[in-house]
Amino acid sequence: MIPATFDYEVAESADHAISLLGSREDAKLLAGGHSLIPLLRLRFSRPSLLVDIGRIGELSYVRDAGEQLAIGALTRHRALREDPLLQEHCPIVSHTAGLIGDPQVRHRGTIGGSLAHGDPASDLPAVMLALGAELVVSGPGGERTVAAGEFFRGVFETAVRPEELLTEIRVPKLGSWTGWSYLKYTRRAQDWATVGVAAIVRRQNGSVDEARIALTNMAPTPVRASATEQALVAGEDDPAVHIADESDPPADTAASAEFRSHLARVLGRRALEEALNR
Amino acid sequence: MTTTEIVTAGRAVGTSVPRKEDRKLLMGRGQFIDNINLPGQLWLAVVRSPYAHARITGVNVDAARAVQGVVAAFSGAELASEWAGSLPCAWPVTEDIKMPPHYPLATDKARHTGDGVAVVVAEMRSLAKDAAELVEIEYEPLAAVTDVERALEPGAPLVHDEIGTNECYVWKLDAGEADKAFEDAAVTVKRRYRQQRLIPNAIEPRGAIAQELPGTDELTLWTSTQIPHIVRLTLSSVVGVPEARLRVIAPDVGGGFGSKLDVYAEEALCLALARRLKRPVKWVEDRSEGYVSTIHGRDVVQEIELAATAEGRITGVRVRLTAAMGAYLQLVTPGVPLLGAWVYAGCYDIGAYSFECTGVFTHTTPTDAYRGAGRPEATYAIERAVDALAAELGKDALELRRLNFITEFPATIASGLTIDSGDYQALLDKALELVDVDEFRAEQAERRRRGDTKELGIGFSTYVEMCGLAPSGILGAIRYGAGGWDAATIRCLPTGTVQVLTGTSPHGQGHETSWSQIAADELGYDVDEIEVLHGDTTVSPLGMDTYGSRSLTVGGIALHRAAQKIVAKARTLAAHQLEVGEDELTHEGGTFAAGDRSMTVKEIALAAWTAHNLPEGMEPGLEATAVYDPPNFSWPAGAHVAFVEIDTETGDTRLVRYVAVDDVGRVVNPAIVDGQVHGGIAQGVGQALYEEAIYDEDGMLLTGSMTSYLVPTAAELPSFELARTETPSPTNPLGVKGVGETGAIASPAAVMNAIADALAPYGVTDIDMPATPERVWRALEEAGR
Repeated sequence: MIPATFDYEVAESADHAISLLGSREDAKLLAGGHSLIPLLRLRFSRPSLLVDIGRIGELSYVRDAGEQLAIGALTRHRALREDPLLQEHCPIVSHTAGLIGDPQVRHRGTIGGSLAHGDPASDLPAVMLALGAELVVSGPGGERTVAAGEFFRGVFETAVRPEELLTEIRVPKLGSWTGWSYLKYTRRAQDWATVGVAAIVRRQNGSVDEARIALTNMAPTPVRASATEQALVAGEDDPAVHIADESDPPADTAASAEFRSHLARVLGRRALEEALNR
Repeated sequence: MTTTEIVTAGRAVGTSVPRKEDRKLLMGRGQFIDNINLPGQLWLAVVRSPYAHARITGVNVDAARAVQGVVAAFSGAELASEWAGSLPCAWPVTEDIKMPPHYPLATDKARHTGDGVAVVVAEMRSLAKDAAELVEIEYEPLAAVTDVERALEPGAPLVHDEIGTNECYVWKLDAGEADKAFEDAAVTVKRRYRQQRLIPNAIEPRGAIAQELPGTDELTLWTSTQIPHIVRLTLSSVVGVPEARLRVIAPDVGGGFGSKLDVYAEEALCLALARRLKRPVKWVEDRSEGYVSTIHGRDVVQEIELAATAEGRITGVRVRLTAAMGAYLQLVTPGVPLLGAWVYAGCYDIGAYSFECTGVFTHTTPTDAYRGAGRPEATYAIERAVDALAAELGKDALELRRLNFITEFPATIASGLTIDSGDYQALLDKALELVDVDEFRAEQAERRRRGDTKELGIGFSTYVEMCGLAPSGILGAIRYGAGGWDAATIRCLPTGTVQVLTGTSPHGQGHETSWSQIAADELGYDVDEIEVLHGDTTVSPLGMDTYGSRSLTVGGIALHRAAQKIVAKARTLAAHQLEVGEDELTHEGGTFAAGDRSMTVKEIALAAWTAHNLPEGMEPGLEATAVYDPPNFSWPAGAHVAFVEIDTETGDTRLVRYVAVDDVGRVVNPAIVDGQVHGGIAQGVGQALYEEAIYDEDGMLLTGSMTSYLVPTAAELPSFELARTETPSPTNPLGVKGVGETGAIASPAAVMNAIADALAPYGVTDIDMPATPERVWRALEEAGR
């Protein structure tokens, strides 16, 4: 549990972080450290330089941005949980942030770190996918905005390039999106999700006119369950029966692929019921 | 068996004196191996095999040696000359047991993932780790077998080629006419259970530091062990140093659960390298490293059969075990199943008994004693089988238990041992006072009536266990390599305080507190005036250390006996100084009195050490040592009740309530006893619901960290409800029995019986431990719901 040798620099600002990142080929960003430090200690990750962005205060915020809320990438899960703007306009984010890990993790871990790490078992990526969030990435050439659907590329792979920094996450104000749910299954309270289901439904005149459902840990990236979305809008009796159809669930000591698909269907039914009644 | 008069409780014994150890530990001031650093110390890193089975065809340490700050690097072959003997296995359970050599580093073959192959010694821990990656080892990977039953099949890969089989031993115990009992039985049940492989997970990982005293050939080893005395005795013959020139110190030790009841390669490596390099050498295990290099527990396949009359009187029990040894035999690996061999009849009066265990080598980390060692397995098998028999007979499982309980004590059981005391009906009565079964059944039925997807289940486990290892004569008869006595010294210092030196070696059990309570009461001191010293072979009397719930029932009684010797000498001296006859003196709470003349033990101690006025022939000083060999094991018993809730859609199974009634004899410190019971239950629930070491087909450990090997946390457990009954042990003057393992012994059966109860309407009769959601779901699917 001793990491391999690395250099360490503290970034004073986002721009400083980007210039430090560009200074070394295999530099890596350190935010809350709750994913990276275990990987370093197991020597699975061996960067030559760690750029510590944990002290960049300017990247910790939740702001009203008109139709959207803008969340600084270094906002910690605990702050997401407690934020009044999120609680009012996008409660699925604050609710889910409160389900991550345990209190220690939530006080250190950041939304940007959780998303940029690209772990398929993390909770927030599926929520961002369901929300249709936009992720702002800054690099030497300036800023670009990536849709959540384009952001997650594979296990521990995202659209963020080695010299780039995820700086902001923009989530819609749910407004007429009245119903939502995020449910996950864990063996122990602080475990990674075996499976998670994020569901957002818009109801009008007693029926659902749009649904966005995304799954945690059912594929190398968070994955939409469009067949279930369509079935829900079409008014089928058991839309969640289709929920795993577009998935490619992993098999590990926590669950087989078959059981993950089963869990997704059960959680899907419960999540839809919760969303429709919320 | 001798019977002794029970001493009545004093001021301290029987009260929850706050643990004297806690101030230091809770303030982070404990001295664990990781906190101890010696001037000039080097760090050891062990290069371990990534293969479960591979021929080692080349080891090149040149690149590691070339790193600045690396002091030495060695292959196994280069260190072979350091070893005067193999690492010890102290329990050759049969005459023809196969005992393959086991040296601290493998030289020819790696036989499990994590087998040590080379070492690097460097100025810093991080450097040693970095350089270890540069050691080049050529492996020729070979087929491996990790499943205990497959290892016995013809053509299975052999763990030790020279033995020609993976069968290590076959051990049998037959009593009464078991075959006849089964022939005559109106009803029989046969069940097969699997005790999954477990990883002990002491909070403190293992570690060791060795130092050769400058200018001498004397070696000192600080090690995170439960057994400093046994480590000294055995390692002296591994590294070839006379026992008298090896000092072993167990400083603060953060838990063991049996995993530190062992003698390990890294301890021998630290000693040999410190001797060779003339500098202290330190090693501390990484958690993931420990998962492959520290012993595992259980990994046993059990078959149990019960024979019974139509009325439900159980007449015979037949048991066949297939037990994984792992790749090598550690200190007591072969004997672990034997620790349960006598108690497969549980707390029932069963006349015919047949037990057979086959020990099997597999390409896995060696197994050894893990909390309960043999007895959780036995309790699980009999308590689950009794429920199965009740179902077969259509009888109430509790009534069946009551019908078969042993009721008269001392009770000589079919397997041949004698249970000292107990009252199993009273234990169950008390449990049923705390648990309203009818109310529970009503709620269970109501849920079923309304089609609730969450089922409730209730499960009982009534157990008796044998612990307090142990009468030396019995240990000898079953070929254990050491005695089962223990020792204590009491030194009443001249100015009013006392040193207690114990041969036990606490690693979380609170001996400093409990031993102080015993000594304080016997000698009339305050608990705070007693200092308990332990865990240093140069300081403490030669003892047999701490394991098998033995410390209080053996070491504690040695202490009590030493106190009696102090009292006897103090009486003689007091009579002399007070000029009265010894028989004129009364003694109470450390004060000797005759009329208006009196002396306290403290005053007597000063007089004894100044020695100005001693009776003719009396030696100066007030100090006594007692060595105590118990006449019998200790036989705690209990009735535990588990309540589970199962989400039949997800298979999620939660423990929602747990009631434990235990009889551990007289209780010295109720808070400490409660803590032991809590911890034991939690570990047993871990086995039932969460924990499992899983190897893949190639012998890689898939559950190699705490994210995949699931130790339950407080969030997964309800508050346990504890109660006690008390039948003092008649075999010792304190009336005490062991308690350290009871919770782990009782709880897996209670939880799994509760699961079986919840799922009975679906036709599900059994689920392997741990009852993962996927196993529960699959069982429901296969039963067709």
